Amino acid sequence: MLRARRTPRVLPGFGLAIGFTLCYVSLLVLIPLSTVLLKSTTISWSAFWGTVFSPRALASYRLSLGASFFGALINAVFGLLVTWVLVRYQFPGKRLLDGLVDLPFALPTAVAGITLTTLYASNGWIGQYLDLLGVKAAYAPLGIVIALTFIGLPFVVRTLEPVLQSFDATMEEAAASLGASRWQTFWRVILPELRPALLTGFALAFARALGEYGSVIFIAGNMPMRTEITPLLIMIKLEQFDYAGATAIALLLLLMSFVLLLGINLLQKRLGRLALAEGGGT
Amino acid sequence: MMPSVRHDRRSGATPALSANLQESRLIAGLLIAVALGYLGLFLVVPVIAVFAKALAKGVATYWAVISDPMAWASIRLTVIAAAIAVPLNTVFGLAASWAIAKFDFPGKNVLLTVIDLPFSVSPVISGMMFVLLFGAQGLFGGWLITHDIKIIFAVPGIVLATVFVTFPFVARELIPLMQAQGNDEEEAARTLGAGGWQIFFRVTLPNVKWGLLYGVIMCNARAMGEFGAVSVVSGHIRGLTNTMPLHVEILYNEYQFASAFGVASLLTLLALVTLASRRAIEWRATAEGVRQQPRQTQKEDR
Repeated sequence: MLRARRTPRVLPGFGLAIGFTLCYVSLLVLIPLSTVLLKSTTISWSAFWGTVFSPRALASYRLSLGASFFGALINAVFGLLVTWVLVRYQFPGKRLLDGLVDLPFALPTAVAGITLTTLYASNGWIGQYLDLLGVKAAYAPLGIVIALTFIGLPFVVRTLEPVLQSFDATMEEAAASLGASRWQTFWRVILPELRPALLTGFALAFARALGEYGSVIFIAGNMPMRTEITPLLIMIKLEQFDYAGATAIALLLLLMSFVLLLGINLLQKRLGRLALAEGGGT
Repeated sequence: MMPSVRHDRRSGATPALSANLQESRLIAGLLIAVALGYLGLFLVVPVIAVFAKALAKGVATYWAVISDPMAWASIRLTVIAAAIAVPLNTVFGLAASWAIAKFDFPGKNVLLTVIDLPFSVSPVISGMMFVLLFGAQGLFGGWLITHDIKIIFAVPGIVLATVFVTFPFVARELIPLMQAQGNDEEEAARTLGAGGWQIFFRVTLPNVKWGLLYGVIMCNARAMGEFGAVSVVSGHIRGLTNTMPLHVEILYNEYQFASAFGVASLLTLLALVTLASRRAIEWRATAEGVRQQPRQTQKEDR
């Protein structure tokens, strides 16, 4: 490694490229992000504690974490199923559907928000039937789960797809020839191989859902203590010019995101190692 | 003699074995039905709903909605923000990927992590950072007021927030692509006497063109659709600091549903065009058979 660094650089332009990159990154990412840290140092401990652990803030963490978890869980289950169907079966319209999976990446969140709200309101296309069952979706926690399921939909599918595509079929054949039923093969042979990718997709969807704002605020109803997500609480504090309070809660949310990011990176390293270990076989 | 089982592995499996190798038609049909139902419910129905609600009051109303001056002002601002953010982040993406993929230097992994950061920051926090920097009570707030420069609740703030949230798209697309391609062709060009810019424009750029285009398209989609971050810094001044997504929100909150969905339908159209061109790029890249088929990123589009 060290030797590679010492060899003379054949290609020109390193200075210019790295100089520009570092300037740009510092100006646009490092300085703004460190402002959050700087601002938080001006808050006294008691004020910080009081804001971050106020009942309203605690209720928002519970809701944000819970709804993000369920959204990601729904996506893990159905994402696995969708990936399986897209990779293993042939049916008309498959390519169109495969392309449409990325819609939540491309559709502005505000559009997703108003559309889902209109669909799941008690007079909406879907909401009216849920209403008959006595289920309230829009302006309730369920609505938040629906919005977060929508925005997290592509993550599990796109993480699993390459793994399932390159799955070594001889392993399935070996299991079957040893007398395993199809279900046993799936449960004992295929699923364990997919698990790191599935977990990564789940974590990515969860992390995205945790910070999500646009698609949720329309459908949530935004009642303090009941349907108020953490990013909205930050927004409300900003609108009241309570910058210290907003910063305190933002710091906690950032911390949660970074812990998740760290977990995802570790998972992906494991995923990479697995692929490397099996590199000879596939 | 080889045990016959081994020969039978692929093709000539016994009926019992192939029954264990594939789901029954019933199960397969059931799985497809559930998958179609799930994607239909979450993806197809919402898209249909946007256009249905937009056209609910007839085509004439729809035209009136999208030719409204306020709608046009929001479209103009959205285009301006994207027109600044996308080229900036494209140049950055090219510089960063040149430095990271073509050279070795200490701290490379740290730099990669920092480039990814905007993906894991909540949009609301992204906007908040710029308020803390440039807002009236912010770090540079006093200086900006004495010099009569407005950033927050004005167009520059919207542009800054947009640049931040779309920051990693092009770089994330290009870095793995350039890493996979290695330096051989560039070094060959160098030994043949090509200069730095010549190598870049004649060798590197043509090699990564599809990946670059792909990154630019996704960057643009996010730039035009960003809501949370822009919402924090905009101040919602109608006709002045309203981008299309913010305009949708205002119309919706005023119960002007036909108008809200009218503007939303334009954004949905943009999303569908984005997805279609993405697909087209993938096909072109595959057809060319170059080693540069855009990868399916896992971390993109946060």
